[in-house]
Amino acid sequence: MTIYLMCLFLFAMGLYCLVAKKHLIKKIIGVAILDYAVNLFLILGGYKEGGVPPILFKDMNQQVFSQQSVDPLPQALVLTSIVIGLGVLIMMVSIALRLYEKYKTFDTSEISRLKG
Amino acid sequence: MIQQLYPLFVAIPLGVAFLVLLFPQSLTRVVEGIVLISKVILLIIIIALIGHAPFSYFVGKWAPPLGITLVSDNISTLLLLIINIVGILSLIYSFEYMEMYTAKIRFYALFMLMVAGMNGVVITGDMFNLFVFLEIATIASYALVGFGCESEELEASFKYMILGCVSSTFVLLGIAIVYSTFGTLNMADLANSISVKGINKSVLFAEALFIMGFGLKAAMVPFHAWLPDAHPSAPAPISAMLSGVLIKACGIYAIIRVSYHVIGMTPLIHIILMSLGLLSMVVGVLLAVGQWDFKRLLAYHSISQMGYVMVGIGLGTPLGILGGLFHLMNHAFFKSLLFLCSGAIEYSTGTRNLKEMGGLFKRMPVTSSSCSIASLSISGIPPFNGFWSKLIIIIALVQAEYYAIAAITVCVSFLTLVSFIKVQRYSIFGDLPEKFKGLKEIPVLMGSALVILAILCLGAGVLYPFFGEVVFEIARDTIMDQQKYIQLVLQLM
Repeated sequence: MTIYLMCLFLFAMGLYCLVAKKHLIKKIIGVAILDYAVNLFLILGGYKEGGVPPILFKDMNQQVFSQQSVDPLPQALVLTSIVIGLGVLIMMVSIALRLYEKYKTFDTSEISRLKG
Repeated sequence: MIQQLYPLFVAIPLGVAFLVLLFPQSLTRVVEGIVLISKVILLIIIIALIGHAPFSYFVGKWAPPLGITLVSDNISTLLLLIINIVGILSLIYSFEYMEMYTAKIRFYALFMLMVAGMNGVVITGDMFNLFVFLEIATIASYALVGFGCESEELEASFKYMILGCVSSTFVLLGIAIVYSTFGTLNMADLANSISVKGINKSVLFAEALFIMGFGLKAAMVPFHAWLPDAHPSAPAPISAMLSGVLIKACGIYAIIRVSYHVIGMTPLIHIILMSLGLLSMVVGVLLAVGQWDFKRLLAYHSISQMGYVMVGIGLGTPLGILGGLFHLMNHAFFKSLLFLCSGAIEYSTGTRNLKEMGGLFKRMPVTSSSCSIASLSISGIPPFNGFWSKLIIIIALVQAEYYAIAAITVCVSFLTLVSFIKVQRYSIFGDLPEKFKGLKEIPVLMGSALVILAILCLGAGVLYPFFGEVVFEIARDTIMDQQKYIQLVLQLM
């Protein structure tokens, strides 16, 4: 239970960072934290206390194995989601750098030419 | 035979996207040929799919719920048709229009990537696969919004990206919750488990996350802040793709699929969807009336028109869903036409400000007349397509005894008319300013895309009796029948 609460805390922290911070790079860090919180939640869904790796050896009993092994699917999903997160992160950082070249600042309250 | 070709909807655009990057800048014409041919092939497959019986394709022959399933039913065929018709016309338009920008080849690569993502979202039958394709489509669209690399475009792209990431994260969280509750990701299998076990609190929480996540992609009103910045900042063909297709494929379609087929509709979800739609309809049009930037005005109208679709879909009666789907297609045609027209006017005059235009009809007859047709369609003037779909939605609302909402819908339609009369008055009619005396009509290729879309706007309204049954009415029946979808994929007896 504690670990789920910590996961929720991480999620809330990412969201707070995204909403309250005005610095572009801090916002990007917020997005990354948000991403990690969800990845952690996904991996917790397949975790078992004292579980074994999901690899079936010849000398194992299938029934015991299926009860003990952790769920491998969330791990594969998280791997995909990390790669997607990395792509988005690179995209965001490169656009933030371009924005810095144009506006000479990372402060979002000064980057506001679009109105209406 | 055609079942084996189904994965090509993702494979062709994805392959072409990476292939064209290998070409040098001097071979741009060859690249344009390749891209166009690949789109035409996809269009031919879709036309062959219309009227074909629904089927499901197992990727790698792994039967559900183990592997990824691609599902072809009538609703995905309808969306594929819209994506690829609008896509092909935007592509033809961009051959000339994108001359203003450098790096055309990268533009085509990103364009095809976006199409691959949208096609994937529409054909997949797996929750996590849906998320992956959603990300492919939206990451390509982040890059395309900031394609010009000017200050405003980068700013809009960053804003869009932050909000887009939040929405994707919420969708992923929703997927994680349904996976840890039911232990499956296949949509049909999930729907089966949910209908057996009933809707509990975790499913409702996941549905809330999905509505929020996909609603942000569809720019429903509390989540709309990015759209009026992002859509006008993109190059015109991309604005047409984003407003015409992306918000439907990644937003509305995903909401339809998740709420009707996976989770199943409850009275609560009906009310939430309808109130989202109503709010977007009213707020969108009120914000649009005061705009003077042509593309920004169109972007606000996208929010408002998506509200109509959502009201129809949320109503849940057969006629309401039919109206919603019909309006979805009509909006794709007239809104992409309007964005392409605004791009054409910007191409010739160099401005998007309505106050600086005037009298363009004398110098640009093709652009102006297609712009008028689209404006009449969006404001709901018979016999253009917008009139019929709005009429169907209003009749459905009256039949379901939502008289107040029906009245609001009519008022919103009137306000839309007012704001498009303003557009017509300031851009097409009136006096020609001195500096535009030597203005020329746009190139033929760009003009032909506009004319074809204008014909589609008129044809979709008038010829509805000829294609309505094969395209829309079965799509509506597919949406309403959750059990049939489950059987189609799982093949239970």
